[in-house]
Amino acid sequence: MIKVRNLKKTFGPKVAVNGVSFTVEKGEVLGFLGPNGAGKSTTMRMITGFIPPTGGEISIGGFDIVDRPIEAKRLMGYLPENAPSYADMSVSGFLAFTAELRGLSGGELNKAVDRVIDMCFLEPVRHQSIETLSKGYRHRTCFAQSIIHDPEVLILDEPTDGLDPNQKHEVRTLIRRMGEKKAIIFSTHILEEVEAVCSRAIIIDRGAIVANGTPQELKRRSENAGAVTLSLAEGVAASVTAKVNQVSGVARSVVISESPLTVRAFPGRNGDSGDVALAIGEIAAREKWRIRELHTEEGRLDEVFRNITLPDTDVAKGEKI
Amino acid sequence: MSGSLRNIKTIAKREIAGYFSSPVAFVFIVIFLLLSGFFTFMVAGFFDRGEANLMPFFTWHPWLYLFLVPAVGMRMWSEERRLGTIELLLTMPVTTWQAIVGKFLASWAVLALALLLTFPIVVTVNYLGHPDNGVILAGYIGSLLMAGAYLAISAMTSAMTRNQVVSFILAVVLSLFLILAGWPPVTDLLVQWAKPWLVDGVAAFSVMTHFESIQKGVIDSRDILYFLSLIVFSLFTTGVIIRAHRAG
Repeated sequence: MIKVRNLKKTFGPKVAVNGVSFTVEKGEVLGFLGPNGAGKSTTMRMITGFIPPTGGEISIGGFDIVDRPIEAKRLMGYLPENAPSYADMSVSGFLAFTAELRGLSGGELNKAVDRVIDMCFLEPVRHQSIETLSKGYRHRTCFAQSIIHDPEVLILDEPTDGLDPNQKHEVRTLIRRMGEKKAIIFSTHILEEVEAVCSRAIIIDRGAIVANGTPQELKRRSENAGAVTLSLAEGVAASVTAKVNQVSGVARSVVISESPLTVRAFPGRNGDSGDVALAIGEIAAREKWRIRELHTEEGRLDEVFRNITLPDTDVAKGEKI
Repeated sequence: MSGSLRNIKTIAKREIAGYFSSPVAFVFIVIFLLLSGFFTFMVAGFFDRGEANLMPFFTWHPWLYLFLVPAVGMRMWSEERRLGTIELLLTMPVTTWQAIVGKFLASWAVLALALLLTFPIVVTVNYLGHPDNGVILAGYIGSLLMAGAYLAISAMTSAMTRNQVVSFILAVVLSLFLILAGWPPVTDLLVQWAKPWLVDGVAAFSVMTHFESIQKGVIDSRDILYFLSLIVFSLFTTGVIIRAHRAG
């Protein structure tokens, strides 16, 4: 549904987006990650046709956003960053306005407004003017606007920003549910959100894609991914690591903490975490170690995120972008 | 085509509702009526002239509009940019020109309403004497067109900045230029070094020249064309500015 090829955007001498390509099909929820100023919002603004790209192609459901903007925009719902809305309007008035621009009218329009008010829990503030609403309600009003025409493609720029934990949960559930039938792109700073909602994630840094995969694949790129962590009630660090190091498949092991004694074993290139965990368990039984905990590290997205995006930013200071 | 008319109507409807949900429209209408009454009766001496026409009423319109129209138009685009709603509006399946025309027509309708509410003066002059109502109608048409021209200029300056004050001042200055271009002290200054055709050319840019002839009851197609082309040109430039902003 969404095809982005070699997308570029420059603002004067500054390169904001540099050669971004990806596709999103129906039934996919793509998480867009990256540090502030990485080019996430700029990319989304280009996809939704708000700003024209400097180079590259974007097509939405087969319609090029530059050549056939109206047809492409019809297929899309968009929640811009900071969820703007007309403060002087009432919630239902605002939604009716956007529904009308989406080509709905009469009973169909009223039904659409009722549907999104229900989906986004806006019933209590339905007739209230938007300027009197709390940030959470305002945000959901703008979110409601993006799904009023039940679009096939949904672009959400930080949809959970400024919401309380309950509201965040509601919105995530909503996105996941809609993601079964739509093509969704959403950007976020909250990494747990990616794991909870996305079928695929892209990490973008300084205008380019630096990682692209399912949340599980990305987590596997974490330094600790696949490592086996063993925590004992008591024991001597040196002797435990010596034993652990003898296990076949273990490349190295480190002591994480002395008390309680926690050791992390990293499997080598050919080592399998499951086998390593089993072997360590057997040693523990033989040596009569009292195990507090034994588990395989899944890897953590925030670690991957930091590893991929941080080192570059230091270098960036010295070189010209 | 019907789709674009529909979009224009939807946008205009929202814009008008916006004017009336804030004090902007009310303040404008009340101030306009008060000031035009004050100038007509107190300054121009409507009753003392003993003439059954609305000259003393229309004469002040170029100057009244100079400040009041930019005050109405200044929020048109700068507010959209400041609040970020422009991103919402222009990612809807509408074209930029539909949005520009819709917003312009809405603001123009507010100005037209204010002008319409001056009808008591028409009633008064008809009660007191036998005016040429054709001339009065021409005066109203000219006034409305002039308001539209000022408004289109305000729309253009409003698209340039997210700051309403800057937008207001720019619109006043540009409108003032259009008034002064045909004003004798300015044309006299030009005469000293410019060729006559240039002086006439500059004077032809003035709203005064065109408004005065319409106000006298002569609806010349050139005057109508002048105001309409000023509106079209300014709105076209508005579109160019908005596009340039989006392109970065």
